[in-house]
Order: sequence, then structure tokens, then C-alpha cells
Amino acid sequence: MRSSRSRSGNWGDRLFGGASLGFALLILVLVAVLVGELAWNSRLALRAFGPAFLWSQNWDPVQELFGALPFIYGTLATSVVALLISIPLGLGTAIFLVELAPPRVSETISFLVELLAAIPSVIYGLVGLFVVVPWVRTAFCPSVSAALGWIPIFQASPYGVGIFTAGIILAVMIVPFITTVSREVLLMVPRSQREAALALGATHWEMVSTAILPYARSGIAGSIFLALARALGETMAVTMVIGNRPEIRASLFEPGYTMAAVLANEFSEATSDLHLHALIEIGLVLFVITIIVNGLARLLLLKLGRTTEGRS
Amino acid sequence: MKSDSMTLRRWVNRVALTLTGLCALVTVSTLFFLLGYITLNGIGAINWEFLTQLPKPVGETGGGMANAIVGTAKLLGLASLIGVPIGFFGGIYLSEYGHGRLAFWVRYASDVLNGVPSIVIGIFAYILIVLPMKGFSTLAGGFALGIMMIPIAVRTTEEFLRLIPASVREASYALGVRQWKTTVFVVIPAAARGLMTGILLDLARVAGETAPLLFTALNNRIWSHGWTEPTSSLPVMIYTYAISPYEDWHRQAWAAALVLMLLVLVVNGGARILLPRRRETA
Amino acid sequence: MSTPSEPVMPPRITPPAEEPRVEGAALAVEKLNAWFGSNHVVKDISISFPKHHVTALIGPSGCGKSTFIRCLNRMHEVVPGARVSGSVLLEGDNIYAEGVDPVRIRRRIGMVFQKPNPFPTMSIYDNVAAGLRLNGTNRVSVLDAAVEEGLHLAALWDEVKDKLRAPGTSLSGGQQQRLCIARALAVKPEILLMDEPCSALDPIATGKIEELIYQLRERYTVGIVTHNMQQAARVSSFTGFLLMGELVEFGATGKIFTNPKDSRTEAYITGRFG
Repeated sequence: MRSSRSRSGNWGDRLFGGASLGFALLILVLVAVLVGELAWNSRLALRAFGPAFLWSQNWDPVQELFGALPFIYGTLATSVVALLISIPLGLGTAIFLVELAPPRVSETISFLVELLAAIPSVIYGLVGLFVVVPWVRTAFCPSVSAALGWIPIFQASPYGVGIFTAGIILAVMIVPFITTVSREVLLMVPRSQREAALALGATHWEMVSTAILPYARSGIAGSIFLALARALGETMAVTMVIGNRPEIRASLFEPGYTMAAVLANEFSEATSDLHLHALIEIGLVLFVITIIVNGLARLLLLKLGRTTEGRS
Repeated sequence: MKSDSMTLRRWVNRVALTLTGLCALVTVSTLFFLLGYITLNGIGAINWEFLTQLPKPVGETGGGMANAIVGTAKLLGLASLIGVPIGFFGGIYLSEYGHGRLAFWVRYASDVLNGVPSIVIGIFAYILIVLPMKGFSTLAGGFALGIMMIPIAVRTTEEFLRLIPASVREASYALGVRQWKTTVFVVIPAAARGLMTGILLDLARVAGETAPLLFTALNNRIWSHGWTEPTSSLPVMIYTYAISPYEDWHRQAWAAALVLMLLVLVVNGGARILLPRRRETA
Repeated sequence: MSTPSEPVMPPRITPPAEEPRVEGAALAVEKLNAWFGSNHVVKDISISFPKHHVTALIGPSGCGKSTFIRCLNRMHEVVPGARVSGSVLLEGDNIYAEGVDPVRIRRRIGMVFQKPNPFPTMSIYDNVAAGLRLNGTNRVSVLDAAVEEGLHLAALWDEVKDKLRAPGTSLSGGQQQRLCIARALAVKPEILLMDEPCSALDPIATGKIEELIYQLRERYTVGIVTHNMQQAARVSSFTGFLLMGELVEFGATGKIFTNPKDSRTEAYITGRFG
């Protein structure tokens, strides 16, 4: 009879399984090394400035004084401007795709929206620099400041580059994230929820605003956090249109600076070890913030996945 | 009164729904504006010289981006060599072997990597490659792009392998076929189309990455030989030329943008045709 | 119009006049237990599969019969969290003994599944040849012969001989199931296990497969799981009745269906539950 007792044929399974496991572990190791290296290579700045690094406003490579607040402010301000524009735009588009557009149109538009996310950020920067900046300088900023200039954030500025311009570019770049994810979330809302609202005599919009959006709110919030994480870490497009001035000004039309942008500009020309370590610490801060925001997004989306899975 | 409130509600309904349509219109028009504007500005500057010549010295007009095109190709080739195997086998591990705690952490690490801003990946490559080798290089740039490819490669591999039903694997096991042979000769071929498309999309995504190259591959106005010299690449050239004061460089930046955009469009459109039911999750 | 519901009657069967002749057990199961996580789904089952006979396992859905049959060629453990204890003797050797390679066991004990599962990217020919090829046989003449023999045994040859290069998935459901049987037979197993092989098929396709199973017993020992009592009666010479993971009764098919010893078996076959 044929023997069944032999493990000699197992080398293939062990080799292949081992290789898969090895590469999987490599991913873990890579992330661990990434975190470790960022922390280790910012040690000079961590030691020199401590936590005050986060709220100090001075960034002066010549005097070796490094504080990250202007960059943190710029990063947050551009992201907030971007979200204020992209949330209504992205969510509105998602609602249109799910509620009004016929399936084929909806599919096509979704694809086009995804393409928007596929365009490299340096191309956004290019268009921003040659189209949006002149427009803000000559048309948008003058007219807005004329009307609302008494509010500090809308004070006039002659540059065209600045926080607001960067926010507009970022908004276009993150709309696809909000639209694509929100659309999927809205599609998951059970039929029964819609019908319940309609049966109460709600108009189409009332159904959307009272039944569908509340039901999908955690998923929509997830999509917004996902988009926020993108906006926080976006480098090229912002670097090209923000003006790169490490100062905090009231007006959104004034030039600013972001964490990613200062890395892009100063990293390869760092003047001293402390300068380099301060830059890497900015990278570390940026890393930590995006990981937290991404984690929140994932939690919100996970929660939604669980409730709808339990339902079907 | 009652009919008044009904009229108001109808009116709100119509306005709100129209606004959502307007949002969609704005979003889609933005895309078409971008495509049109880049094409218009870029098409005039794309010519034989642009594709085959080196950049001219600062201040002279003419010249091209041949070295940047070759540089981008080299960077992408190297990135695939690093990112695809790691991502592919990592994905195989998650779909075919990983069920427990370790799989959770691997998936989590991959997600973290996906969320890391690209400029931070650049720092990582700088610390790991540029500092020890004491110089900017194609190697460092390719490494950075390769790391960026991993998470998407992991996810597409896992997703497409999971689409193959368990019954197919069981059919193979029941014939006394070993697990690795089942994976390699039954499961992977069944998922091949999705896997190839996923990898291509991944490549198209990193092809346009600029930030991680700024202080790894740096830039170069002449040919970069081998793997240890700084190299030019299309995205970095676009950046450098765009922020320069020269009219002729702006023209070439648009041309490079058009080339890069066409690459992205062709790959994404191709993926759309190959995988009509592809579901994108961000 | 309304269709009459299933008649609540014992199935019409013609029991063989005498006990089938047995020449030893191809597979002897002793005290087999199986779990999914903490869920105990197969409890202490001992049973023998007589050589060159068809043995059917019947029982209501969820009684553990599919899990049980998957334990017989070590397919149960493929599912994460699954666990087995007890022994299964194949020609006297325990397939769960220390150091036994499950892959080699599966080559000797083939399996056909509930839903036809041809390999999606392979042609009809490649499907049947897959088992041999993936186990290292590459000689074209050997493969050709094995494919033809497998398809003949599965009574599919005449229907597909002119389109062996067509995709396996292009066949009808019944043909696909016979293709899967041919694929299982092409690696020349000693035993063929079938897990509800007809549950996804229409009555005509079912009839063909049943006829095929009946003929296969001349060359193989066959174990079949089914929830269809008529099917068990038609194709098998021995029948076991499973309930809640336990083997309630086992015996010659004729006896089980006409004169069951256990009242629960009787209740099941007369259609009082399940």
C-alpha cells in the first residue's frame, strides 16, 4: 500500500508559508523602524526644546531657535479651510449620486471623482500656482476684503499665495475621499429607513436629512476624518501656493507655512544637526497627528460596518 | 396655513436637491477643467526635443526632460522591486494564512503605512539610505516609492485573493494538492486580472509622488548613471520648473504634467475597463 | 395554482432481499469528535465504510453530517478554529496519527462538494488534469489517458469530448458536478466522499449523478451525505442516521428504511421531523 507517513513533501508549504510570514513581519518591522528612526533622529531637538517645541513661535535656523507653532497653525488652518469647502461639496455630490442620479450616471461620475484623487499633487500645485493664485490675488481677495475686511481673517493682502489659496487646492484634492466613502456609506442605509420616512409623508429631501444622514452619520464622519488626514499630510500642492512664511497672521489671505511644506523646503538644506533634528521632529509630530486622525476614521467606519453587517 | 407649509416644504425639497446636483456638477467640472487646462498648456510643449533632450543650462530656452523620463522609469522599476514582493506576499499571508492576532497587527501596520504622509516616508528613506550612503541617489528615491507601494499592494492582493471562494481552495485540497501549490497554481491565477490591475494602479499612484523624492533622489540636470547618483524625475522637474522664474521652464512643466497625467489616466481608465465592478475603498 | 406539498409518507423503496455482502472496511471510524471553536458538532461517532459499497449518511440539516464526512479526509481542519479527536483507520492506519501528512490522505480519499466548484480559470481538460499536474505528473500521454478515463467514469466524456478546451465553468450545473467527480477520480483515489453532491442540481441532473454513484461502487468505496432520503435509498447499501452530532443508527439501507430500531430514526424517515 501507499505510505501516508512522510513529511518530506512539505518543504514547499514551509518555504512558501515562511516567505509569506516573513514579508508580513517585514511590514511590521518597517513601521516599527520608521517610528523608532523618527524619534531617534529628532532627539537633539526633543532634548533642546522639550514640549515647548509645539507652542513656540520662533523658527530661526540662524540662531538655532526652533518652534513648530507656525507650521502647526498653518497645517490646521489650511485643513480647516479645506474641510469647510469640501464637506458640503463632497457630501452634496455623494447625496446626488445616491439619491438622484440614475445608476449608470452615478457610476460614471463616481469614476470621474476617483480620477480627481488620482491626479498627482504636484499637478494640483502647478494649476494652483498659475490659475488659483492669480485669481485669488486679483479677483477673490479684493472683493471679499472689500465686503468683509473688517473681520480679521478676511483682511486684504496683496500676495495671492496664502492659507486660503492652499485651502482651496486642498479642498479639491480631498473632495474625492469624502464623496467616495460617503457614497458607499449612504448606499448601505437600509431600505426600511427610507421607507419609514417616506411613509410619514416626508419629502425626498426630508427623508435624506431626517432618516438617511443621521443613520449614516458615523460613516460620513469617518470619511471626513479620512479626508482630513490627507489634507494634513499633503505636501506639494500646499508648498507651491502657501507662500512659505513661518509667521502666524490673522488674515487667511496672508502667506503661511505648513509642517509638510517646511520639510519639503528646508530638509535637503538643513544648516545644522539641530536644524535637521528639529525638522525630523516636525515629521514625527505630523506622523503622530495623521495616525490619530486616520485611526479615528477607521474606528468610525468600522463601527458602521459592524452595525450594517448585523442587519443583513 | 397648511397648504402654505406644504408649499414651503416642496420648495425646500427642490432647492436642496438642486444644490446637491450643483455640487456634483462643480466637482465633475473641476476635473474637466483640470484635464482641459493641462492639455491646452502642455500639448504645445511636447515635442521630440522634450522627450529626447537633456535640460538646457539655466537661462537658455529649449531642451527637454529625457533624463527625468528615464529617471522616473528607473525609480518606478526599483520601487516595484521593493514594494510589490513585500506587498504581494504580505497580502498572501493575510488572505491565506493570517487569522489571528499577528494578522491583525500586520493589517494595522499596513494601514498605518498607508496613512503616513508621503513627505515623512521621504524622511524615513533619507535616514535609512541617504545618511549612511552619504548622498542622494536613485536607490533612496526608489526605496521611498517602494515603501509607499506596500500598503496598496497588500490590500489589493488580500482583497482579490479573498474574492476567490473557499470552495475553489477546498476543491484543490481535496485532490491532495498542497496549500502552496493551491495558492500559486489555482488561487492566484484565478485572481490574476485583479492583481495585475491593482499593482498597475499602485504604480500609477506613486508615479506622481514628488514629496518623498525631494531629499532622496533629489534632482539632476544631466544623466544619472547607475543607482547611487541623484536622479531627475518628472514630478520633481514639474515642481522645480513651476516655481522657477523662467517662462520656458513653465512651458516644460506643463508638458511634463501632461505626460504624467496621461499616464495616470491611461492606467485608471484601463483598470476601469478590466475591472468593471471594482469597488474602491479609501 | 398550488403545488401539493411533500407527501408525508415513507419513501418508496425496494429493499434488497438480504444483507449486502461485506469484504471488510475501507474506512473505520472510532470515537470521532469534531468542534468548531467551542461548538461540539460531531460526538463520539464510530462507523465503518464497507469496501466497494455506497454508504449514505442522512439526517436533518445541522446534524453534523457534512462536518463528519469532512473529517474523513482531513478537510475539516482546513477551516480556522476547527478541531478533531478520535481515529479514522484507512486500511488499518490511523489518518490522524502523529506525523501523517493530510495532503497524502486527501490524495487517497477524494471528495465532491455540495456546489459544483470547477477551477474558474481552467478548461475542462485542465480541470480534470489539475490533480495530477499539481502533484507533479506532466507527461502528456499520462494526462490524456487520465482525463479520458476520468470523464468516462463520470459519464461526461460523450458530452464534452469535442470541447475539452472550453472553460469548465461553461458547462451546465449537472455537467459541472460530473466534471468535479471526474476531477476527483482522475487522481485515482481509493475512496470517494460526496457531500450532498446533488443539492444544487435539478432533478434530471440529479438522476444522472445518482446513477453514476451507483455504478462507482464497483471500483470505489463511496461515502455520501444527503438530506434526501429517497436518494440514500436509491444509491446506498448502508445507511447511517445522524442527529445532533450523534450517530443514532447504522445498518443495511433496506433495514434502516423499512425496520429501523430506533424510534428517532423511524420518526425521521416517516417524515415526522426534519
